[in-house]
Amino acid sequence: MTDLSNSKPETGAFFPRDRLWHPPGLTPGYKTSVLRSPQKALLSLDGTVSEITGPVFGHSILGELDNDLIHNFAKSGESAIGERLVVHGRVLDERGRPVPGALLEFWQANAGGRYRHKKETYLAPLDPNFGGCGRTITDANGHYAFRTVKPGPYPWPNGVNDWRPAHIHFSVFGHGFAQRLITQMYFEGDPMIWKCPIVQTIPDKAAIEQLVAALDWGNTIPMDARAYKFDIVLRGRRSTLFENRMEGN
Amino acid sequence: MVQSLGFLKESASQTAGPYVHIGLTPNFASIGGVYETDLGATMVNDKTLGRRITISGRVLDGTGTPLRDALIEIWQADASGLYNSPSELRGSADPNFAGWGRCPTHGETGEYRFETIKPGRAPFRDGRLMAPHISFWIVARGINLGLNTRMYFGDEETANAEDPVLARIEHRIRVPTLIAAANGDTYRFDIHLQGEKETVFFDI
Ligand SMILES: [Fe+2]
Repeated sequence: MTDLSNSKPETGAFFPRDRLWHPPGLTPGYKTSVLRSPQKALLSLDGTVSEITGPVFGHSILGELDNDLIHNFAKSGESAIGERLVVHGRVLDERGRPVPGALLEFWQANAGGRYRHKKETYLAPLDPNFGGCGRTITDANGHYAFRTVKPGPYPWPNGVNDWRPAHIHFSVFGHGFAQRLITQMYFEGDPMIWKCPIVQTIPDKAAIEQLVAALDWGNTIPMDARAYKFDIVLRGRRSTLFENRMEGN
Repeated sequence: MVQSLGFLKESASQTAGPYVHIGLTPNFASIGGVYETDLGATMVNDKTLGRRITISGRVLDGTGTPLRDALIEIWQADASGLYNSPSELRGSADPNFAGWGRCPTHGETGEYRFETIKPGRAPFRDGRLMAPHISFWIVARGINLGLNTRMYFGDEETANAEDPVLARIEHRIRVPTLIAAANGDTYRFDIHLQGEKETVFFDI
């Protein structure tokens, strides 16, 4: 598969997940979690080869427009309606090291807050030129970028008047299956972030702020698109220098 | 004061939400023409080594209702117990088997289904062999952080009995929640999010 770097592959187990930083399973303010959250204690397991390894995706899976949501579903010569954006950033691990070769998949509502999905009932219209999905793979420095339009906020059935702030969903693969992560990106300055029951599942304000992308004026493309910078941090892994050796080694 | 260790915090998880299919299986979500195929939809080809098996089941909530909007990913070793990953240092895995699959649960029945191969045995951290198993990762609306578990094989009683991970389960009555019922080459593995039969989930 793809050669990610010249350095030796790492085989250390991942740092334990800080489960006080992540949202707990049971968050009654987000009603659907009540019947879908495990109630028994998790079985803690220091990573075996099954967890420290993970799939690798080569650039060969990518199409030319995969990282351009403005055009990847649009008819030829047309483009999606909405505020044009470049979203970019880095995938790092908890040690601050870049994660090259990380597959990122993202999905979002259109500029009016409507998803292209058969279970979606919001009255805002579909945009015939907007599908709402894209993907890319980080480069050797862990950097990624894609074009899109700014998603609209939308109402959802939870409380009688709950709205999601504008957001983009991200799915991230690192180098080990234990790093698998899904999260959401929010936009700097949006007052609706602090009213959202899904955002509020995260107990720590600093953890929420880490999911808010900054308006990146420096990388804004004049007469074209504003830039937002969104870095994603995956679990770090232990150095194997002083690991217990397997018997016989 | 002491020196800072300089570590970053892992980005907090957020639910995959009801529209996860748009992002991860767009063709399944009727968004055609963006990707040729949905990633992880096919795990084996004609040249893949090993015994063909089918794994199917459902993900059930606290009332026993199947989730019709969940998404499952699996990760497994090849037929000789090797993972197709740069972090696998014991040898080279079957080039015709990536070992990773992705399947949404059916929109009406809640069923998932993987066509794959039976994995070989891989070692635990201390070198003892683990029983053949497949790692599962489950996300859905209402699940705030992806759930990790493992599926073991009902027709591997001897290997299961000496598996160092299964041995860690204190309440032995819960061990069967990780063991798929065998019926020829088909294995049935239901995942219970809550209740008396709650699946053992892992903090890996
Ligand atoms: Fe959303």
